Amino acid sequence: MLMSIDSISKSYNAFPNPPAKVLHDVTLNVDTGEAIGLVGESGSGKSTIAKCMLALIKPEEGAITYDGIDVIHAKGEDLRRFRREVQMVFQDPYGSLNPRMTVEELIGEGILIHKLEPTAAARRARVAEMMEMVGLNPNDMDRYTRSFSGGQRQRIAIARALVIRPRILVCDEPVAALDVSVQAQVINLLQDMQKKLNLAIVFVAHDLAVVRHLCEKIVVLHKGKVVEQGTREQIFDKPQMPYTQSLLAAVPVPDPVVGRARRAARRLETAN
Amino acid sequence: MRIVHPMPDESTATPVRAPLVTVDRLTVDMPLGRSGSSVRIVDGVDFTIGVGERVALVGESGSGKSLTARALMRLDRLAKLSGRVDFDGIDLLKLSDRDMGKLRGSSIAMVFQDPMSFLDPLMTIGDQVAETLRIRGIGKAEARKRALAVLDELGVDRAAERLDAYPHEFSGGMRQRVVLAMALVGEPRLLIADEPTTALDVRVQDQVLDLLDDVSTRRGLAVLFITHDLGVVAGFAERVMVMYSGRIVEDGDVASVFAKPNHPYTQGLIKAVPRIDQDLNTLYAIPGAPPPPLARPSGCPFHPRCDQRFDRCGKDLPALLPVGLSRVACHLLDGKGA
Repeated sequence: MLMSIDSISKSYNAFPNPPAKVLHDVTLNVDTGEAIGLVGESGSGKSTIAKCMLALIKPEEGAITYDGIDVIHAKGEDLRRFRREVQMVFQDPYGSLNPRMTVEELIGEGILIHKLEPTAAARRARVAEMMEMVGLNPNDMDRYTRSFSGGQRQRIAIARALVIRPRILVCDEPVAALDVSVQAQVINLLQDMQKKLNLAIVFVAHDLAVVRHLCEKIVVLHKGKVVEQGTREQIFDKPQMPYTQSLLAAVPVPDPVVGRARRAARRLETAN
Repeated sequence: MRIVHPMPDESTATPVRAPLVTVDRLTVDMPLGRSGSSVRIVDGVDFTIGVGERVALVGESGSGKSLTARALMRLDRLAKLSGRVDFDGIDLLKLSDRDMGKLRGSSIAMVFQDPMSFLDPLMTIGDQVAETLRIRGIGKAEARKRALAVLDELGVDRAAERLDAYPHEFSGGMRQRVVLAMALVGEPRLLIADEPTTALDVRVQDQVLDLLDDVSTRRGLAVLFITHDLGVVAGFAERVMVMYSGRIVEDGDVASVFAKPNHPYTQGLIKAVPRIDQDLNTLYAIPGAPPPPLARPSGCPFHPRCDQRFDRCGKDLPALLPVGLSRVACHLLDGKGA
C-alpha cells in the first residue's frame, strides 16, 4: 500500500452558520501503479479528499500515511520527499500555468526546487525528454503557454508534474475543460504514463464514463461519505448501493438505441 | 444483451415536417477589438428545423455553434449577420429591432448554461417568470396565474408557495426549471437551449432532459439543443447537426448518424468518447486541435487532422451535399450522393 487514508473527517467554516462537515470518516487506499477514481456529484467531497491527499489542507480527524510518512504532521525532509513523490494536475490548464513563464521554466521548476539536476544543461535535457514523452515538441521549449491549445497546455501540466518522477499523480477533473476531440488524447496519455512509469493515479471526476475507462478501482462518494468502493467490474457491472445504481443509470450513452432503451427503462422504474 | 442497430432507410426515417425555421447561407462576423477588422466565426450554414422537431447542434468550443444559435435570436449586437433566417415566413435578419424584440420570448425563446447568472437574485421567481408576459401588456393577476401554471407543468414542487421565493432558495436543478419556465411562459414555438444541462450533476441533468422531452412532445415545441455531449444528443434529439470550424459538416437523423457516421470528424468524435456501458481498450484520439477562426486551413478545415485525407482536401472546400438521408461535407463522398 502506497498511501492510506484512515477515517478522515473535514469541516469548513461557514460563519455565521456552524461549520459544514464535508468529509465524514473517509477511508481508502492507493496502491503502487493503480488508477483509482473518486466519483460523485458536486458537493460529494471528492475534491476535498484530493486536497487532503496532497496535504494542501489538513483533516481534523483521522490519519493519512504515505510510504511511512505521517502526511498530516510531516516536516523537513519527510515533507520534501512527500511533495516530490505526490504530484498534481488541475482542471483548468489556463489558470494553473503561469503565463509569464516559458514551457522550459514551467516544466523545469520542480527539478530546480528539488535540486535533481546539477546543471542548466542537464535540466534542459530532462525537460526536453519529458516533453517528448508527453507528445510535445521540445523545440517549443522557449515559448509561452498563450500560444498553446487547451490540450497542449494540459500536456505541459502533466509533464511539469511527472518530470520529478512522482509515484502518485492526483488529477482533479483533468479533462473536464477540454474539447471532446482533445479529451481522448489526454486520457490516453495518462493511461500510457501510468503503465510506463508504474504511476498511481488518483482521478477525481464527475464523468463516470471516463472513470470507467481509466480506473481499475472506484470510490463512490455522496455528501462526504464513501457510499461504495470496489473494482471497475464491481462498481459498473454489479453496483450494490441504490445511490450508485441511480448515478450510473443517469449517465447518457452516446448511442441512440442503447441510450433510449436505458432512459425508457429508468422512467418506467421511477413511475412504479 | 446484444443490441441490433436497425439501419434506417426511407421507411423508418422520421417523417418530414413542415419547416419552422429555414436558415440559408448564414454568416456571423465578430469585430476584432476596435481595429475595424472582423473575424468570420460562422461561415455559411444552411439548415431547417421542422415544427416540433428536436435538433441537436454539436461542436467543440469555437466551432460557431453558440453564435449560430444566438444569431437566430439576434442576441449579439456587435455581430454582423448575413444570409437569411426565415422563421414561419418572416426573414428575421430584416426585422426592425423593435419587431425582433416582440418575437423574442413569444415565438423564439432561449435558455443558457448557467441558471444562476441568468436569474435576478433580487427578484422573486414569480415576478421573473411573469416578466415576459407583463412586458407584453398582460395584467398582473393573469401573468401570475400563467407563471404558476408553467412552474407546475415543469414539476416545481409547491409552486404556489414558491412564487414569492428568491433564486438562492432553489437548488441548481430547480433553478434550471425556473429558467425553462421563463422561456416557456410566452408559449414559443422554438426553444433554443445552449448547453442547458452542462453545469448540472448527471442525475439532475437526466431529470431536466426528461422534462424537456415531455414539454416538447406535449406542446409540439421545436428545440434546438446546443451541446458537446454526444450522450445527450443520442438520448434526446431526433436530428443532429455537427459543426466544425464555422460550418456544418454533417446533418442527419440521430439513428443514422450514430450507426454510420459519414464525415471523418463525426466518426472520430464518436470513437473518442468513453462509454459507461462497455469497456473500450483504447480511445481513438483525433490528432491536433480545432483551428482558431483566424487561422483556418485551406480547403476542408478538418483536413490537417483527418486520417482519410487526400490531395484534394487541402485545396477545395467541400460543399454540404446529400448522402442518403443525411447531408455531408466531405470529398470522400462526392458523387455518392442521392
